[in-house]
Amino acid sequence: MIAPDARGTISIDAARCKGCELCIPACPPGVLRMSNQRNEKGFLVPEVLEGCTGCTACQLVCPDYVFEVFQFRKIKAEG
Amino acid sequence: MSTTDIEAPPGKRAVRVGHAAPPLMQTEEHHLCPGCGHPVGVRMILEVLEELGVVDRSICVAGHGCYATFTATIDIETILTLHGRAPATATGVKRMLPDSIVWTMQGDGDMVSEGLAEIMHTAARGERLTAILLNNGVFGDTGGQMTAMSVVGQRTKNTLEGRDPGNHGFPIPVADIISRFPGAAFVARGSVHNAAEATKTKRLIRRAFEHQIAGSGFAFVEVLTMCPTGWFVPTAGGPDYLSTALEPVYPLGILREVER
Amino acid sequence: MAMKLLEGSEAMAEAAIAAGLRFYSGYPMSPSTNLLEAMANKVPQSGGVCINADTEIEGIMMALGAAATGNRAATGSTGGGCALMQEAIAEAAISETPLVVFTIGRAQQDYRQATKGGGWGDYNTIVLAPKDVPEAVEHVQTLFHLADKYRCVGILLADNIIARTQVSVDVAPMTFGPLPDKEEWKLDGSSSGTGKAKFHWSWGVGKYNTRKPGGVNGHWNRVADKFRHIAETETRWEEAYCEDAELVVVAFGTAGKFVEYVVSEMREAGTKVGYFRPITLWPFPGEALARATAGARRVAVFELNAGQMIEDVTRFVDRGKVSAIGGISSDEDGLNIGRMMAAGEVRRRIADALKEVQQ
Repeated sequence: MIAPDARGTISIDAARCKGCELCIPACPPGVLRMSNQRNEKGFLVPEVLEGCTGCTACQLVCPDYVFEVFQFRKIKAEG
Repeated sequence: MSTTDIEAPPGKRAVRVGHAAPPLMQTEEHHLCPGCGHPVGVRMILEVLEELGVVDRSICVAGHGCYATFTATIDIETILTLHGRAPATATGVKRMLPDSIVWTMQGDGDMVSEGLAEIMHTAARGERLTAILLNNGVFGDTGGQMTAMSVVGQRTKNTLEGRDPGNHGFPIPVADIISRFPGAAFVARGSVHNAAEATKTKRLIRRAFEHQIAGSGFAFVEVLTMCPTGWFVPTAGGPDYLSTALEPVYPLGILREVER
Repeated sequence: MAMKLLEGSEAMAEAAIAAGLRFYSGYPMSPSTNLLEAMANKVPQSGGVCINADTEIEGIMMALGAAATGNRAATGSTGGGCALMQEAIAEAAISETPLVVFTIGRAQQDYRQATKGGGWGDYNTIVLAPKDVPEAVEHVQTLFHLADKYRCVGILLADNIIARTQVSVDVAPMTFGPLPDKEEWKLDGSSSGTGKAKFHWSWGVGKYNTRKPGGVNGHWNRVADKFRHIAETETRWEEAYCEDAELVVVAFGTAGKFVEYVVSEMREAGTKVGYFRPITLWPFPGEALARATAGARRVAVFELNAGQMIEDVTRFVDRGKVSAIGGISSDEDGLNIGRMMAAGEVRRRIADALKEVQQ
């Protein structure tokens, strides 16, 4: 379940991650951490906790272009 | 930005922000080391070209270094030229195609060790092109040797005890030198070691291309990038090494700007 | 015919412009400096660009960039400066960038550099060696055509005499056959963002979306095959009196013109001597030389160096009947082609070679 007040989220293309960990300190709300999951290349990959703001800092600093970032926005009325 | 099928909280929708991979890449795969800063710099160049709407007249002239791997994947017309000579090659291109947007991509080994003459004279001529220096202070592609921009004390494979000025001399602050040239319209130094500096650096790159579009003169952006492999530090320690070892020698900011 | 009194360097610059030169960049070095000066005066007037490069390396790399846009471009120097260009000449040749390089040599000590090159990789350069200014005017235009036809580097190997002699010459634009379209490779930015951006590199492998199936080996083999084809089809030479000659004198460039004069004179006097002048130094007209010298008892090579072209001559002519009758012949300033280049001296050396024949 996604919290009703969630502001954003990310998807991580873990297969391309090289486990450099640059995203971890880059994340302003501090919701990225290294998991104990390894991808096929053998690198530990990050995971995201609740509290992502969709700020794109991880996307900006990632050398391997693995972060897709989404912001949650209110659905406006028709018209 | 586009709506996606990502699950959103009730009453909200998920809107994609930016792109995982930068635009104008034929593939997002590359073989550069974990923690490398170059791909971050390359992303910014491509985003700026797209934002400025100059893609279909853009030509890249690249030198030889780790970043050259992108010459085969960026969807930008490219000359992969001889080591150190990108500014000269780019001069020939730009003089023949004055309306094109010509940019060079070089590392510190390529530009300052091998090709110092070319970058100096191209800047001095005020060639109306944009030169990007990806400076990680080391020959990454050959495995971690000293360049002309390695900092004093820096350990490399051919300065095992650290760069000793008595033997290896001092680093060359190329941007600072160019900032004294009347032909240079814009000279700046940025870094990609954290999100805030990366954001600023993208603005510098944008300014450099805007100067080329305006034809105001030579535009130069040095981008400090991490090379944890060549620095012999853990990948996560790259940003810290950059800010403590490189940044004091190569301070960030705009060094010169003339009116556009 | 519109004859004009021009210095050879001016005539070569005008010939290049007549051939459509749009870009020249060079660095001064005697005796090629006059060509740079002529280009600097004339190219901008024709709407092109001439840049005073700050090194020969920079000069040729600028020209390479200009040529990559599909425009006709050239650079030039003399032997020492062209030595600095060797890496770039190889790069242009293997990246299939049409380029013309003027080598205004000192004496004839540039033969080996021009024909063999000092760059890396499997490449050759077409080398034309004019005997005088009018022929240089033709050769310059021919080289631009051949460089475009084969996407290769053409070297004009001239010397101080050609570059600095004033002669009355007609720089008439020459017409050649059709050329392959440059659209496939010339850069202008328009393919950026299409998914098929062009990629100009000596490895010729294409970008990610346009990978060439043969990879780098495929490209380099194709380039090598192209040079084999050029070697078979583009040889040029001039010969006279060889059919019944006891002695054939081989010489190129200005030395070839002196030999032509002296041999013609000796023929009139009844001496059975002929001459053979390679016009393309690469590809070397070896088979033609072998035919022309088949009946001769001796072959004498008159070149103003310690023996460079003779290495090619002896690839096609039995070494036992070849002798060197030239040699290093420099002035005190090192620029000109020296005291050996006088008709009387050439005649004496040929006569000495004839004595060997008659022994």
